[in-house]
Amino acid sequence: MIGLDHYLLLAACLFMIGVLGVIMQRRNLIVMLMSIELMLLATVINFVAFSHFLENLTGQIFSLIILAVAAAETAIGLAILVVYFRNRGDINVNGTKG
Amino acid sequence: MVIRSTQTVYSVFFLIFAFLNAAGLLIMLHAEFLAFILLIVYVGAVAVLFLFVVMMLGETQTKTPLSRRYACAVGGVCLFLLTALGIMVVRWKTSSEALIFGFSPTVDMKNTEALGNLLYTHYLIPFQGVGLILLIAMIGAIVLTLRHRRKPLQLLSNEPMRLVDLRSSSMKEEAR
Repeated sequence: MIGLDHYLLLAACLFMIGVLGVIMQRRNLIVMLMSIELMLLATVINFVAFSHFLENLTGQIFSLIILAVAAAETAIGLAILVVYFRNRGDINVNGTKG
Repeated sequence: MVIRSTQTVYSVFFLIFAFLNAAGLLIMLHAEFLAFILLIVYVGAVAVLFLFVVMMLGETQTKTPLSRRYACAVGGVCLFLLTALGIMVVRWKTSSEALIFGFSPTVDMKNTEALGNLLYTHYLIPFQGVGLILLIAMIGAIVLTLRHRRKPLQLLSNEPMRLVDLRSSSMKEEAR
């Protein structure tokens, strides 16, 4: 039987992958945004796992709110990215090209 | 795979794959409504948004130096092991107050029904707040990406100009 620990481990793994993505791909802004999405997905998995094992539906409500905020954040981030690209011509965050 | 791929398009596809797996996990956790919301919102909308931006901005290949990559991998493994150890070692106990607090799902309701009931009776104001956040995000995205299309003639008449006397300059040229 899959317990709460397994879900928490999976979520921790996903979160670590997200943090690593933010650290490793400092040059690529799109990949950084996707890593942030991964971290939010990990938190959602955590919330739903706890809400299932504690038999408390509030966690699912909260994860619904997290999903909405993540979608809004992605939209704004991509819009900023597009404007940035239009102004500079490339999307290197801290590139040496200047 | 999301973070290791050199091509950004591939990492978008791996992100979609990760979200599909997460939706399967949520179905296993009896959170069907949230699983399908995840499918619709992420696989349907956000992934397509990412794909659009990636296609629009073109191919961007980034290469991190190998030594830094190894250092990141070692650091990530250590961090993950630490977290796993923390989860395994710490045996938390659920307090009875946490179980009493909140609203337990009723047995005879389905997941979606119970969730909607809870959302619209107890969490109405946060729900409206989420709607407001989404509206602000939509307006912000539109305003940011709106391209101002100026009329060229109006632009010319508004900008300060310097009058150049062509005839005198050409006469000077001839005199030389």
